[in-house]
Amino acid sequence: MILSLIRRDALRGLRAAGLPVAFFLIAATLFPFAVGPDARLLATAGGGMLWLAALLAALLPIERLVAPDAEGGVLDQFAVRGIADESVAAAKIAAHWLGFGPPLMIAALPGAALLGLDTATLGRLEAGLAIGTPALAALGVTVAALTVGLRGAGALAGLVLLPLAVPLLIFGAGALSPGDGQALKLLAATALLLTAGAPFAAGAALRALRD
Amino acid sequence: MLALRGVACLRGDRLLFEDVDLTLAAGEALVVTGPNGIGKSSLLRIAAGLLRASAGTVERDVGAAWLGEAAALDGERTLGEALGFWAMLDGTTPNAAMITMGVEHLARVPVRYLSTGQRRRAAIARTIASGAPLWLLDEPANGLDVEGVERLGAAMTAHRARGGAVLVATHLPLPLEDASNFSFPGGSRGPGPEPTGSGAPAPRWDLGPRLGGGTV
Repeated sequence: MILSLIRRDALRGLRAAGLPVAFFLIAATLFPFAVGPDARLLATAGGGMLWLAALLAALLPIERLVAPDAEGGVLDQFAVRGIADESVAAAKIAAHWLGFGPPLMIAALPGAALLGLDTATLGRLEAGLAIGTPALAALGVTVAALTVGLRGAGALAGLVLLPLAVPLLIFGAGALSPGDGQALKLLAATALLLTAGAPFAAGAALRALRD
Repeated sequence: MLALRGVACLRGDRLLFEDVDLTLAAGEALVVTGPNGIGKSSLLRIAAGLLRASAGTVERDVGAAWLGEAAALDGERTLGEALGFWAMLDGTTPNAAMITMGVEHLARVPVRYLSTGQRRRAAIARTIASGAPLWLLDEPANGLDVEGVERLGAAMTAHRARGGAVLVATHLPLPLEDASNFSFPGGSRGPGPEPTGSGAPAPRWDLGPRLGGGTV
């Protein structure tokens, strides 16, 4: 049953996956224009810049994660069928990651090429994104569930999500420097905490939505 | 199947109704009537378990199918796929119900191209296909044409003949034989179309599920 929920949301998510990916690539393209064409500087700062772009790209899909289902009565139909709000939230997180994480990791390849990152840094970036994007997806769904129906939900979601994502950014960007295994472990710990806790927080938000 | 005892509903700081008792057994139909804003939808949401009763108890020992204001069908999918998704969750197939509601020829049309009435028929088809013994229908005839209302009536009759029960809130007259009528204590003016609101006890505003609330 959960699998059919994931499938439904993932199909919808993949259709809209182009937007965050395009945003990510445009940000990577604009960065050299902003800081100048110095290859050494770009290679040093480029990894962190890609992390920042990934974080901002995570904000784009938030408004369509929960709001259409809440307004369309889909969440009510799930609830009447006795499907736990936590299960709905977990399915949404898994589906959102499928439509967001892998496309972003693929987009990081041309992104890294644009900024002249070396292969080792690219490898660490991809490892960090593989660990960090599930947490970004979990945060996205939670914040989306919290802000459904509020005026200016999109902007508010950004204000709520970005501070919560700071540890991911710090450890993700920190893991880019060579020989720093500690940052990657801390990134994994943070991501695990966020991903494991999010279904309960988002489930509670979905429940509160009905009252 | 369903028993509400001493149920009260508080929305914000406003008491919609209290001391509501109703029971519904297999084969029965109960029509909830009353002016706008008296709490018909809230009563049905409480029966469905979508809303907590502020007081009293709700006992429901069978699965329920909910037909609310929103169709809950994905706009970008075809009608067949959208109904198929819900039927899969319910472990059934939607085809027979689509024929019952006369929407089988729309199976390959994306939901976003359907009219209000066609969507409403499709949502009723989902209710029929769910196989749930208890139907909770909130204004099911909204947007339906005469033929649609007849098909809805026939579906409800067939459902009751199979031992199902129907709780319906409506303003429009529905073809329901020997249905009992529920009126809110102290509030309602009986069955039929919505009465003119002379001396209505409560201010009228929209009581639909308000998303997010306004008190942040």
